[in-house]
Amino acid sequence: MGRYLGQKLLIYSLTFFFAVTIDWLIPRLMPGNPVDTLVSRMALRADVAAILRSYYLQAFQLDLPLWQQYLNFWGALLRGDLGVSIWLFPQPVLKLILDAVPYDLFLLLPAVILSWIAGNQVGAMAARVRWLDNSILPLGYILTATPYMWLALILAWSLGQVAGLFPIAGAYSFGIRPHLSWMFIKDLLWHWFLPFASLFLVMFGGWAIGMRNMIIYELEADYSRYLESLGAPPRLIRKYAFRNAMLPQITGLALQLGTIVAGAVATEIVFAYPGTGYLILQAVLNQDYFLLQGCFLFIITGVLIANFIIDIIYALVDPRIRTGMTGA
Amino acid sequence: MGLRVENLRVYYRTLRGYVRALEGVTFSVADGEIMGLAGESGCGKTTLGHSLIYLKPPMNYIEGQVFLDGQEVPIWDMKRMNEFRFRRISVIPQYAMNALNPTRKIGQLIADLLAAHGVDFKEILPELKRRLDLVQLSHEVLNMYPIELSGGMRQRAVMVISTLLNPSLLIADEITSALDVSTQKAVCEMIVEFRNRGFVRSTIFITHDISILYQIADTIAVMYAGQMAEKAPTEAILRSPRHPYTRMLIASLPQVGVRYREERLRGIPGAPPRLLDPPPGCRFQGRCPVAFERCVETPPFVEVEPGHFVACWREI
Ligand SMILES: Nc1ncnc2c1ncn2[C@@H]1O[C@H](COP(=O)(O)OP(=O)(O)O)[C@@H](O)[C@H]1O
Ligand code: SF4
Ligand SMILES: [Mg+2]
Repeated sequence: MGRYLGQKLLIYSLTFFFAVTIDWLIPRLMPGNPVDTLVSRMALRADVAAILRSYYLQAFQLDLPLWQQYLNFWGALLRGDLGVSIWLFPQPVLKLILDAVPYDLFLLLPAVILSWIAGNQVGAMAARVRWLDNSILPLGYILTATPYMWLALILAWSLGQVAGLFPIAGAYSFGIRPHLSWMFIKDLLWHWFLPFASLFLVMFGGWAIGMRNMIIYELEADYSRYLESLGAPPRLIRKYAFRNAMLPQITGLALQLGTIVAGAVATEIVFAYPGTGYLILQAVLNQDYFLLQGCFLFIITGVLIANFIIDIIYALVDPRIRTGMTGA
Repeated sequence: MGLRVENLRVYYRTLRGYVRALEGVTFSVADGEIMGLAGESGCGKTTLGHSLIYLKPPMNYIEGQVFLDGQEVPIWDMKRMNEFRFRRISVIPQYAMNALNPTRKIGQLIADLLAAHGVDFKEILPELKRRLDLVQLSHEVLNMYPIELSGGMRQRAVMVISTLLNPSLLIADEITSALDVSTQKAVCEMIVEFRNRGFVRSTIFITHDISILYQIADTIAVMYAGQMAEKAPTEAILRSPRHPYTRMLIASLPQVGVRYREERLRGIPGAPPRLLDPPPGCRFQGRCPVAFERCVETPPFVEVEPGHFVACWREI
């Protein structure tokens, strides 16, 4: 086990190293000099432009040789310094991201986990209840096949615009300051509902279909047939099938959780929900390279950590892997 | 009292109609008898084996009766069959190497299975260990996952599991087909040993490889295209086969005891009839060198000598 995790850790470290290097390259490969772009954007006032230029030349030391810039970048990174945003100058990128991440978590954690639980349960049921199968399967396929944008826009339009049941922008009402009160919590949930529901629906369809197909596959597997020939009750056979069908679902869950830090770009754009996805959009629109770089760094880290966690979970639940790694 | 199968008819329901995989099969297997069931691929051996324990769609029970130790076995009833499965009728499937749930330790799996039949794992554990010794598996396998065992070890584990409750009837389907010659021999010896020690009473040992049967079978039954062609003590099938198909089959073997390969059967001109719409009467007529008018009627399976049954109009 230790050796297996050690190997994985090494692979992830290497991946992290290369991913960060590429992330570092992005602004440097962009046409033009990020500092010039920045300064020209900010050049409404001459004094600000001068301050900015010198600040950035210092902060990023773009006049230094590349190898030194690169080393300095790692140094800053390890100190948790991701630079300063252009879009919301002079706020540090790290602060912007840390402000956005709670919204991502608030939106995506419940959407991913609840849709995963519900999808697995319903999918497993659909595998043995005919009428449920006949309704869930087409519905699931429609839900997963619908381009997400559509679904989100339809929800926003029907329940938000036309019916006026839910607001369609922001995380809370304009004019309320975040504070701890029932009024604010209600407002927060009210704004949260549509983006959450749109994500839940799409993911639910995928989980349910995946689970249903996996269970049916497992129920047809040789070990199920053997148990059936030996008169094992359907309950036992289904229990085994469910457990085995869960393994790919666990991977799927962990992968989904890993991308949470990336926010749900489409959702957050449609519903103007202030998570990382929304930040990425703004960073692109405003040519905020450093913010973009910071967001990507977050995503890389999140995906890698999630993958590492999957590997650990898998090693714990699936003996095929556990024994594979001792070389039996 | 053993097993008695009478006029068993089992078809597969397909989109193109019924595949008549078993057509009026009649035979019996005595207590302590190991009956080899031979015949070309596709002649219905697996279907027959499954019918006796696990008759499930697309298999369709049409007619016929099965008696085990004098008691009728409701093979057409998936639910009621659970009383018979494992305790009284058991199977070592063709896919024995993959028959164990990959994510359950073998000991736990056995405990689950026993619990489902109301048997206490702890009580049976000493006997289980003795049997593991017998098939040369360490007791450690109970604590292992199937993946930790080689294919051969998994098969032996399945052999022990399937026979743990001392069934009256054991069906072993092509359990030697995927093995090399020396392992085949060991597996055959285990089957004989299981019988000798009384773990199982009657055994149906299915194989398309007749030469294997010389080593272990007391009797050999030969099937052709869903019908029983001949059944007799091994020696009789070997020395004096009576059915034209059996004769050609035996003649096509190079020598007694030498392993024959399936391709050799193609030495018999022609091909078996399609089981979707087989001709009426003896299904061998298309390839039979001695066929005559009468063969359009189905020949009965009659005892021409004590313990020697043949379905051929020429032999009656
Ligand atoms: N699931 C099925 N659906 C339709 N026909 C089948 C099915 N399984 C087997 N058959 C047919 O039944 C016949 C007997 O098959 P089987 O019992 O597997 O033969 P054997 O075990 O002797 O090779 C064959 O003609 C085969 O094509
Ligand atoms: S019954 Fe007729 S066709 Fe069938 S084996 Fe005998 S002689 Fe040949
Ligand atoms: Mg077969």
